[in-house]
Amino acid sequence: MTQAAQNAGMQVDQSDVTGEAKAGPDPHYNFAYLDEQTKRMIRRAILKGVAIPGYQVPFASREMPMPYGWGTGGVQVTASIIGPDDVLKVIDQGADDTTNAVSIRQFFVRTTDVETTTHTEEASIIQTRHRIPEQNLSEDQILVYQVPIPEPLRFLEPRESETRKMHALGEYGLMHVKLYEDIATHGHIATTYAYPVKVNGHYIMDPSPTPKFDNPKMHRMPALQLFGAGREKRIYAIPPHTAVYSLDFEDHPFEVQQWEQSCEICGAGDTFLDEVVTDDQGGRMFVCSDSDHCNRHQEAAE
Amino acid sequence: MIGADANGSGADSNAIAATSAGFDNPVLQSQAMYRNLLSAMAQPGRIISCDLSLEVPLPLWPTTAAAALTLLDFDTPLWLDPVAATVLPLSDYLRFHCGCPLVQASGNAAFAIISDPAELPPLNVFAAGTDEYPDRSATLLIQVERLDDSRGVILRGPGIESKQCFQAKGLPSGFWQQVQENHSGFPQGVDMIFCAQDRIAALPRSTQVEV
Amino acid sequence: MYVAVKGGEAAINEAHKLLAEERRGDKAVPELSTTQIDEQLSLAVDRVMTEGSLFDRKLAALAIKQARGDLIEAIFLIRAYRTTLPRFGSSIPVDTAEMGIRRRISATFKDIPGGQILGPTFDYTHRLLDFKLAAEEGSDSEAPHVGNADLSATDALLDDAMPRVVDLLGHEGLIEEERPAEDDAEVGDLTREPMSFPVDRDIRLQNLARGDEGFLLALGYSTQRGYGRSHPFAGEIRLGEVAVEFIPEDLGFPIEIGELTLTECQMVNQFKGSAEAPPQFTRGYGLSFGHCERKVIAMALVDRALKGRALGEAVEGPAQDEEFVMEHSDNIQATGFVEHLKLPHYVDFQSELELVRKMRRKATDMSAESADDEIVEAAE
Repeated sequence: MTQAAQNAGMQVDQSDVTGEAKAGPDPHYNFAYLDEQTKRMIRRAILKGVAIPGYQVPFASREMPMPYGWGTGGVQVTASIIGPDDVLKVIDQGADDTTNAVSIRQFFVRTTDVETTTHTEEASIIQTRHRIPEQNLSEDQILVYQVPIPEPLRFLEPRESETRKMHALGEYGLMHVKLYEDIATHGHIATTYAYPVKVNGHYIMDPSPTPKFDNPKMHRMPALQLFGAGREKRIYAIPPHTAVYSLDFEDHPFEVQQWEQSCEICGAGDTFLDEVVTDDQGGRMFVCSDSDHCNRHQEAAE
Repeated sequence: MIGADANGSGADSNAIAATSAGFDNPVLQSQAMYRNLLSAMAQPGRIISCDLSLEVPLPLWPTTAAAALTLLDFDTPLWLDPVAATVLPLSDYLRFHCGCPLVQASGNAAFAIISDPAELPPLNVFAAGTDEYPDRSATLLIQVERLDDSRGVILRGPGIESKQCFQAKGLPSGFWQQVQENHSGFPQGVDMIFCAQDRIAALPRSTQVEV
Repeated sequence: MYVAVKGGEAAINEAHKLLAEERRGDKAVPELSTTQIDEQLSLAVDRVMTEGSLFDRKLAALAIKQARGDLIEAIFLIRAYRTTLPRFGSSIPVDTAEMGIRRRISATFKDIPGGQILGPTFDYTHRLLDFKLAAEEGSDSEAPHVGNADLSATDALLDDAMPRVVDLLGHEGLIEEERPAEDDAEVGDLTREPMSFPVDRDIRLQNLARGDEGFLLALGYSTQRGYGRSHPFAGEIRLGEVAVEFIPEDLGFPIEIGELTLTECQMVNQFKGSAEAPPQFTRGYGLSFGHCERKVIAMALVDRALKGRALGEAVEGPAQDEEFVMEHSDNIQATGFVEHLKLPHYVDFQSELELVRKMRRKATDMSAESADDEIVEAAE
């Protein structure tokens, strides 16, 4: 057997099925769970994604030990780039302690034993579902998005063979028609999350179901942005400092959500707010969705 | 000729492997090298230092070998420039450690190693992908003696904040014009990784070049 | 003061403990062994192996036990485990004509060389609950006429030559030929390469073999009811054991590495002919690990329906729509995405909430305005 073939294998012992975190990565699995051949395949796909900003690279997504639709794409991307020196942050809906974020963080602690953090600026890799951190990211960071449906045209045309042609020909009229129909019906564009963007003036791309509030943060972001869709088997990327425009019309420019309220915990007036129902009498309050940012803001205020 | 090399006996390959090793720790070292490659590709023209201690058969350089060990396997047909292709220890090393098939037709290669920039064929002999699948395109590992990001051509585009200077020693004449043509075919095109002794830099198809 | 909910980690750990308790059930009842599952819930094991794409009865039985009998969850466990296994290569194609037959029936000919063999089948049982099985012990001894079929006597009766029925039609040129293209020696693998449409037959069959039995059953049924009909006849269904042979690179010749239990269905379907092809029968193919008869029949119907485009038939039914079928057949993908709706969607929901409120305010303002206009008009 060649060295390459040996490297492709990995040691798996079924005897240990308990999931207790311990010092060092779990010896029953390869570092970061994926076998080396799979990592190489994903690594090559990521490089092509970076070279062709916004283009969805097909990849042979693996069956992961968590369900499709629960972050398997993001997990495979993170597993393919992460090393022992990385510091990992995992968020879901902006928060570090959401159950699925906890579960994914535990998975990486178990399989890599890397340091984790909730502090945005301390992380070298941030895996996210549905939010971009409020704090600006730097060139030394990588933001990994979990993506359910990577194809921005999917709801207009369900067939992959058709949408692929539309991307190839740059035929994006259908998307503009859809947005314009919103304007005709409602007087404004009625898309509030997964709001389509154009990357580097070429591909129309789905930013994943982040609120459109977060779209401006993608534009010329210093951090590398990687997107993984496991079930749909696609990887795409936005290199640092790349132009990312939210689609709009001259007479109906893109605008983000605004709240009349401020965060009731930290007082921030410029963040994305979650609505919390406090009783069954219509009582509600608004708090930051980015839990780390909220804590920092609160600490600074005290 | 490459075909003949491919029939080299297993004993020879093992001898080569013993004298020129791959990574001591393939899992962690390939991860570290990958992050260098990813940084390079994400920031075109920026020079990334690689901390490597690899003994590899000449004319391969440690950075090129490390990139190959990181990215190549039995799924990636590799093309070697005609000079490198005649060096038996080199092709044996790559076949043994990466398990990649060597191809003679440049258009069928997913990766190419160009050991000396003087041997670089026109970029358009390599697969550029299609408009529907632009990712089905070649990545070229081009060995150069020196990389410089303080002068040379000016690069702009994704991954570059405003502009980036770039120069690589020994590139054939007309190279930059070919790079411009490669860029104008976007999303089709090839992507390049320049490998010096201990540093790398990348030039994806998305980068505009001002000569 | 409001404090954001914390402690996701503790909640997850407690949930895992509760799950383990529920799985075990009442400890006064003896624990089920994986051997018992393998032996007595063997069709569940067969389905998990087939859709899990891994022939290993012990692991499938373990997965069923761990999944509390939820077969899709068990298939998921097997798939996730399968991903971690190194791959040594492909076997040479198994030859089902050489199968050690345990069951073999044809609906197209009354008598066939080798004969019809009923084998272990529910087909002619009366679906009456057998309360004898409810007795917790001793049911084995109470049904000698069922339990003690004389297998050795049956074996002796079986003919060695059991040609595949569809091959008999082939000799007359009455059925389409199916040969792999000369340049198509590589067998595709959708777990290693993402699908791109249109797909080749090898990938289609792999997709269907891994596909959800219920999904294929419904699609196959729909073709019988007119959504892409092509008059199927069950040419042959056979169940039995086949040898698996592998050529190690250092040996250069095939060696037998084991045996698989397979169920195969070859469907014979009508085809009116086209400009290029004379009228002839066409084929649909189904194959599973173990004994998954319903699955292979449904699979063969769908495989045939998916040939429609290549045969120049009108594509009218869902079962004929390649992208629709192949993209939705996998129950692990489907269950993941359907069930991911359980995950928090606070952020997208907040965005929608804000939008709906805004749109309602606008609608209310507009109707208030028009109401004002009416009052003014009335006053005039």
